[in-house]
Parts: sequence; C-alpha cells; structure tokens
Amino acid sequence: MKKGVTPKRIATVSGAYLIAWIFVYPYINMFFTSVKTRDEIYAIPTTHFPKVWKWSNYVEVWREAPIWGYVKTSLIVSISATLLVLAVSIPAAYFVSRYRFKFRGAFLLLVLATQMFSPTALIIGIFKEVDFFNLLNTYLALIVLNAGFNLAFGIWLLAGFFSSIPVEIEEAAMIDGCSRVQALRKVTLPIALPGLVTAVIFTFVSAWNEFTIALTIMSSVDKKPLPVGLTSFLGAYDTAWEYLFATTMIAIVPVVILFIMIEKYLVGGLTAGSVK
Amino acid sequence: MATATLSETKPKRTKKLKVSHTVSFLSALPWIGPALFLIILVVIWPVIILVRTSFTDISLAGSLLDFNGIQNYRDLIGNMDLYPVLRRTFFWVFGIVFFTIALSLPLAQLINQNFPGRRFVRWALIFPWAASVVMTSMIWSWILDAYSGELNLTLTQLGLITEPVDWIGNPSTSFLFLMWVAIFVSIPFTTFVLLAGLQSIPNDIVEAASVDGASSWQIYRKIKFPLLRNSLLIATIINLINVFNSFPIIWVMTKGGPGYDTDTTITFAYKLAFIEGNMGQSTSLGVLNFVLILIVVGFYLKATKATRTEV
Repeated sequence: MKKGVTPKRIATVSGAYLIAWIFVYPYINMFFTSVKTRDEIYAIPTTHFPKVWKWSNYVEVWREAPIWGYVKTSLIVSISATLLVLAVSIPAAYFVSRYRFKFRGAFLLLVLATQMFSPTALIIGIFKEVDFFNLLNTYLALIVLNAGFNLAFGIWLLAGFFSSIPVEIEEAAMIDGCSRVQALRKVTLPIALPGLVTAVIFTFVSAWNEFTIALTIMSSVDKKPLPVGLTSFLGAYDTAWEYLFATTMIAIVPVVILFIMIEKYLVGGLTAGSVK
Repeated sequence: MATATLSETKPKRTKKLKVSHTVSFLSALPWIGPALFLIILVVIWPVIILVRTSFTDISLAGSLLDFNGIQNYRDLIGNMDLYPVLRRTFFWVFGIVFFTIALSLPLAQLINQNFPGRRFVRWALIFPWAASVVMTSMIWSWILDAYSGELNLTLTQLGLITEPVDWIGNPSTSFLFLMWVAIFVSIPFTTFVLLAGLQSIPNDIVEAASVDGASSWQIYRKIKFPLLRNSLLIATIINLINVFNSFPIIWVMTKGGPGYDTDTTITFAYKLAFIEGNMGQSTSLGVLNFVLILIVVGFYLKATKATRTEV
C-alpha cells in the first residue's frame, strides 16, 4: 500500500483513534468516578475530572462491602470451571480430531447445538434442576454449569489445534515406546499450548463475567460472585458509585489484560475454523 | 457446518484416518463420555424440564406435577402484555444485529490497515469484549444519569440542552440507549471475526486487482466482500443468538421497566417466573423463545443459501 502523509491517511488514522476513544472512554469515566469523593460525585453541576484524587476509595471499599467474599467466589468458581472444561474437553477434542467413529458427526453437532442454548433461555429449567439436586447456593452447581456452557468452545478450539498437529509426530513417539496417553501428554499437548492457553483464558473470563445463572441460584450474600454482588451497590437513591466503580475496576483490569494476551488466537478459536 | 469444516481443513489426513483409525462408538466413550455427560446434565436436562413444565400446572417451589396440556400456552397467548414485548424484541434483535454488522464492516477494514498505534486501537476494542456486560451496563447507566452523568454535562456545556434529560427514566429514549449499549458490546467480537476474515484473504489477489487498475472501493466490493461471506455468516448467526438471549443490559439498566416498557421476551420470561411466580406462562414463553431463535437462524441460513453446503 501507499505510504506517506496524505489527507486521506490522516483522516483514516484520526478516525481510528476516535473510535478507540469511544470504546475505552466509558472505562476511563469509570476510573475517574472511582477516585472521586462522594461530595464531588453528587455535586451539581458534575465534573469531568476528579478535583481531589481519593485513592483511598480502593482501600475503603473492602470494608464497605463484602468484596472479598465476591472475589473469593468468583475465583473459586472460575478456576474450578476452567479446570473442569480442560479435563473434559482435552480427551474429547483429541479423540474427535484423531479418530473416526460412529455418531462422531452427531456428537460434534450436539456440541455445536449447546451454543444455541444460552443459560438465560433455560434459566427456569436450570433453577429447577439445581433445586432438585439440593445444590442451590453451592459453588459446585455454579462450577458445573459454567463448565457445561463453555465446553463447546473448548472442544472446538482444541480439536482445531489437535487437527493441525501431524499425527506422525505421535506415531514416532509411540514407536519409541510411549503409550497413546503418554504421546498425548508429552508430545501433542506441549505443541498445542497456545490453544490450551486460549481455552483457559476464554473459559476463565467467561465464568468470571457470568451473571444470569449466578443471579438466579446464588442468593446468600457471602457466596455471590462479583457481577451479582456488585448489583447490591445499586441503591434506589444513594448508590455508592465510587465504591461500585472501584470494585468494577478491580474486576475488569485483570481480564482485559488476559484477553489482550490471547488476542491473536481468540477469533480463530471462536469461529472454530469456519472462517477459512 | 461443523463436521464439514473439521474434515475439510485437513483433507489428506482425513482420508488416511478413515482407513486406519475408524473405531467403534464404545471405544470412543472413555474419551468423549465425560463431555457427553456434562452436556446432558447441564444443557439437555434443563431443556427437558423446561418443556415438561410448560405443559404442567406448577409453581416455582411446588413439586406437584399436574399435566394440563396446552393451557399455559393459551394463557400466554391471552396475556395482552406479551404483544408489545414481542414487537419490541423484533426491533431489539434486528436493530442491534443490523447496526452491529453495519458498523463492524468498515471498522474491521480500518484496523486491518497499517498505521502507527494500530495495536492500541485493537486493544481499545477488547475492553467491552473482556469486561463483564453487567459492569459495562453500570457505567453506561452512570454516564446517562440525568444529573451526574457525563452525557448531560457535555451536552449542557456545548449548549445543546438547558435542562438535564433523564435518558434512562424516559421509555421513549431508554430503549434506544439499551440498544446502543448492546451494539457497543457486540461490535468488538464482530469486528474481530471480520478482521480474521479479511486477514485470510490472500494478498496476491488484491495486488493483482490493484495492478489491473481497480480502485480500492472496487477491490472491496468485488473481491474482499464476497470472500468475507463466511465470516459475515458466522458473525451474524452468533450475534442473532447472543442478542436475542441478552439479559444483563436490560436487567441492570431498567429491569425492563417502567412496567414492561423496555422488556424483551427474555427479560419478560424471567420476570414472569421469578417475580410474578407464573411458572406456566414463563416456561411456555421459554419454549416459544427457543422456537423463535431457531426460526430466525434457520431463515437466515436459508436466505444466505448456506444450508445446502454447510449443515
């Protein structure tokens, strides 16, 4: 393409910066609000920038609300769900990428179909099932449900990665005396590492952000995950916006960094090779 | 769509595997069994409960099952609140998906070009994608706040309004802003899918056309856009499903209110069940929701004539 500074090029680049600003701006506003004082937040007229930078909001918020409980629930559930997805999707993805078997197509179609069923549409069925097992307000229910609804992505992504690894590499390892499982563990998985990392981060972030299921089955205060716990800040008249947004900043910044790390692989995984 | 793709990507090995590695379903079970079990437990079971409940007379807490045929469906059809909600859901789904795609196409084209800081522009786009939709909805509620929000502050300083406007409290504007937030959170994913599509277009085709004197608009219209068809298809289907099932934006910003004025069928079904305790109508609406999404996706696939080759 042509290089050099032309008016058209300047317009393109400034357009791109403007769009970037539109997408980041709400989170910058979130940050500014999180360091304002309560008086300034409710001052009329309001301000664009904090006059006083009240960093202590980030300390006080841990006393003001059971944030630690929210963070603990979110961490336990997201990490466990991610491990469960890995444990279940690695063997399934490996097998469908290496073998043909009866009902293979049906299995893959079933996996794909689970993406059509969002937890939101099924929420009553989910609530009744969890109630039936007497698991309302338990981490276990939230872990299993989060894993189940993220399984499809894990299987599709990993199957794509496994398929791109030549089967001959494994066969060579097996000739050298490895079993099929050893070959998978020592040869294939290390090569598929970018895929594993992507699956891990994507599942983690998705469980970290899940709202509807947690809202419905986790009613006890000390077991709510972050997105649900945060809604309790929203009072009718006196929302503590500075604390609310200090907490959302704590919740958002790590996952944005994780997502940026896997940017390259994310799309390929989400569309599961169908783009090509 | 799925099966075809997996085998098509590696045609050579597929042939070889067919000869040497075809195994019985039983020997596949130890490998795929756990996944199968999890899917049945988490997805299939709730579907069955939902459908069965829609034909019974039961309360949320109640365990007594009393089959009452299609009575719940009749009640639902007789519920006059449903029709404005259905009409609104139609605008919600098609409005958001249309604008998301229409804005993402040029945006993907833009961030596919080389310019200083391109990486940061891409990172900026990741924010609404990685952040929880609940939290994004909260910040938009705050920006749109009548007295303390940035929007009214800016508009006042620019002299465009003199009195604070309650964008969220007023049903005529609140639904449009809910739609804007949904578009805002849908664009990043869509743009990245289209970007991946653009990047998979071989450079030599574009260069050849350029050498032959095609303008950049002609190149886009005649070469790139047709080659983007698959990415566009995937992005549209995933958006249709996501937007139809979208819950947190409306729940956080208006709870569907005032009354049912900003409800879609998804939030309406949730309210019926968990606020009004009307399990019968809620579950029959849940089944209707699923049928609707199947129709929409099926119709879209048919309209793009993808069914023949891809499903």
